Amino acid sequence: MATTIADDLKPLHHPKTWIGKYVWSQDHKVIAIQYSLTAIGIGLVALVLSVLMRLQLGFPGAFPAIQPENYLQFVSMHGMIMVVYLLTALLLGGFGNYLIPLMVGARDMVFPFVNMLSYWVYLLSVIVLVSGFFVPGGPTGAGWTLYPPQAISEGTPGHQWGIVTMLASLAIFIIAFTMGGLNYVTTVLQARTRGMTLMRMPLSVWGIFTASIMGLLAFPALFVAAIMMMLDHLAGTSFFMPAMQSMGQATRTVGGSPILFQHLFWFFGHPEVYIVALPAFGIVSDLISVHARKNIFGYRMMVWAIVIIGALSFLVWAHHMYVSGMNPYFGFFFATSTLVIAIPTAIKVYNWLLTLWRGDIHLRVPMLFAIAFIFTFIHGGLTGLFLGNVSVDVPLSDTFFVVAHFHMVMGVSPILVIFGAIYHWYPKITGRMWNETLGKIHFWITFLGVYVIYLPMHYLGILGVPRRYYALGETAFIPHSAHVANEVISLAAFVVFAGQFIFFYNMIWSYFRGPKADPNPWGAASLEWQTPDTPPKHGNWGPKLPVVYRWAYDYSVPGHARDFIPQNEPPA
Amino acid sequence: MSLISRLAEKSWLPPGGEGFADPADYRPAASTVGLYLYFGVATVIFTLLIAAYLVRMGVPGMEHGGAGDWRPMPEPPLLWINTVVLIGSSLAWEAASRSVAWERMRLMTVAGGVLGLVFLAGQLLLWRQYQAAGYFLAANPANAFFYLLTALHGLHLAGGIFACARTLGQMGAGTTDSARVFRNVRLCAIYWHFLLLVWVLLAALLIST
Repeated sequence: MATTIADDLKPLHHPKTWIGKYVWSQDHKVIAIQYSLTAIGIGLVALVLSVLMRLQLGFPGAFPAIQPENYLQFVSMHGMIMVVYLLTALLLGGFGNYLIPLMVGARDMVFPFVNMLSYWVYLLSVIVLVSGFFVPGGPTGAGWTLYPPQAISEGTPGHQWGIVTMLASLAIFIIAFTMGGLNYVTTVLQARTRGMTLMRMPLSVWGIFTASIMGLLAFPALFVAAIMMMLDHLAGTSFFMPAMQSMGQATRTVGGSPILFQHLFWFFGHPEVYIVALPAFGIVSDLISVHARKNIFGYRMMVWAIVIIGALSFLVWAHHMYVSGMNPYFGFFFATSTLVIAIPTAIKVYNWLLTLWRGDIHLRVPMLFAIAFIFTFIHGGLTGLFLGNVSVDVPLSDTFFVVAHFHMVMGVSPILVIFGAIYHWYPKITGRMWNETLGKIHFWITFLGVYVIYLPMHYLGILGVPRRYYALGETAFIPHSAHVANEVISLAAFVVFAGQFIFFYNMIWSYFRGPKADPNPWGAASLEWQTPDTPPKHGNWGPKLPVVYRWAYDYSVPGHARDFIPQNEPPA
Repeated sequence: MSLISRLAEKSWLPPGGEGFADPADYRPAASTVGLYLYFGVATVIFTLLIAAYLVRMGVPGMEHGGAGDWRPMPEPPLLWINTVVLIGSSLAWEAASRSVAWERMRLMTVAGGVLGLVFLAGQLLLWRQYQAAGYFLAANPANAFFYLLTALHGLHLAGGIFACARTLGQMGAGTTDSARVFRNVRLCAIYWHFLLLVWVLLAALLIST
């Protein structure tokens, strides 16, 4: 067999020093772990912020240290960190980096240096973000949507410096993401090994690939919005700032359009939901298929659904703005395009269920999380149908119903997939196995816990309890039961919070003391499990790149001794 | 294979002989693909800013309470001179990427890069002229958009100058991989053409409004 160019002409420079291997590393696997640990670290900050919020909401007034402005700051930082710095960075920077080259049979990303730069710029953005906690006035309390004029006006917490660090951090993050995203997309297009056609890629790669393209096209909207708001704030321009009166004085701004910011923000913000969701869709498809020992049902339809969802998600952004005021025809258009997304999404959900149907289901921890994802995602998706309709959305806008909806659909669901994915790939990444019992305890606390947290929030929302309020106080239209519900939610949140430390303990303990893992403990067919070393070494594949002969889902093929056929096994 | 037929592949069928050409035979270089992808990113950046420009200006049907405070900027001759310089720069790059002879390619590359620098200097001079005439950043949204758009365009061109310097470095150091140098010159030329196109559209927008 002839050698390919990638075998010969691209000699890898193996770093010699510890720093070259683990700090200034250009190895996609090390960068993936750097990305993941940083994202999880900053995610823990956001998790603590949510506990502080729940302390205030469950037991208002019991903690004098939490003042109204602190509460708003917690809300804003929690939202932004979770959506951008945790989920986007972990799914694309973490899993994207680790899985793409291994799954498509490449030695590394096509631009390893840019890849390294991407991580360090991301780290810088996280540091700038965290610096917001230490500037005078604290971080911004404008809500994660950062709507002007309030975000940079007197009276909003952090309107002087907190907002500057936030906007600067976002701009830096977007530069980091663009470097990473160009890498992920180009690697999928250019570095697939011989025989790895587009339609033989595992769905994880399809999800990450599509999400990266979407990120490249959506993040620029946030980038320009951040720069324009920064200029409004620091240089006194009036892109977004209208004429206002502050303390009886006219401000120096005039004529700017706050709605313009909302359009720019949501042109990024809505695709962002799918930038997080599509990698999760892809990964969960692979988890379900592997642990049900069955090929994914409707593979081609699954790929098309991912691409169609990605395209449609650019046409729905104004459904976040129904209460901002718009031409009724626009409302009609955006409601329709929003509901149309339910079709490809439902195709995916049915295909997951049909993959499980009569499969040989192994209820191991990654599979438990994958099945739990189907529950929470259907749940969150269905409430999305309510909110997508203008007439239903208007009364529910800015209530806890919305909070419950987006936490179920883009908070809990991707996080469950991330947990499943970490449990699933941990043996490949570290070469060791985690503890099954601890994993199951972690799963049940998390899965049951999030239902105790978010189901009552729907009820609160229908009652009309507004989001982002520091305290409900004594009002006639909030019944006693709402306060009780808030207490229950808070207690459940504390239990789920504590439960996560079982996960961290399990992961850290197993890294040092866990039993050695089998190179392919789940009997998976995709390429990343067929590496010559576990964990894979720099260059991934030893002297020869693998050659791919089949798709990634040959499970339980009749007439074969094993119940899976690796992608690189030649036909008999 | 067209994209449609690739996406219609029935990959679940028992494996046959398809898909086994050596990928290196038919794929363009990764840097080419990366550059075209970046054009997508830059296109979104400038398109959204132009949309914001029109909304803020208050084009009928797109205004959101625009206060009628938009006062267009004048068009000094330097605007035209800079445009001509950038066209010249782009032409030099085109000549460089079409050259077969090494010396001529290097000469044209230097010319393209230097003209790019002249354009950037001209843009800075243009800023100073506007400042001197009282068209400050915060004075009017038209000014703010002008400075923002030219700054972003200029930053992109500065990135191009960096790529130009790297390519020149590759030419000088007695390279063994001349195919790579030719490709990089070609990519620089394409990038310059893209930025010229963006600039022409921006200038047209500034002049027509």
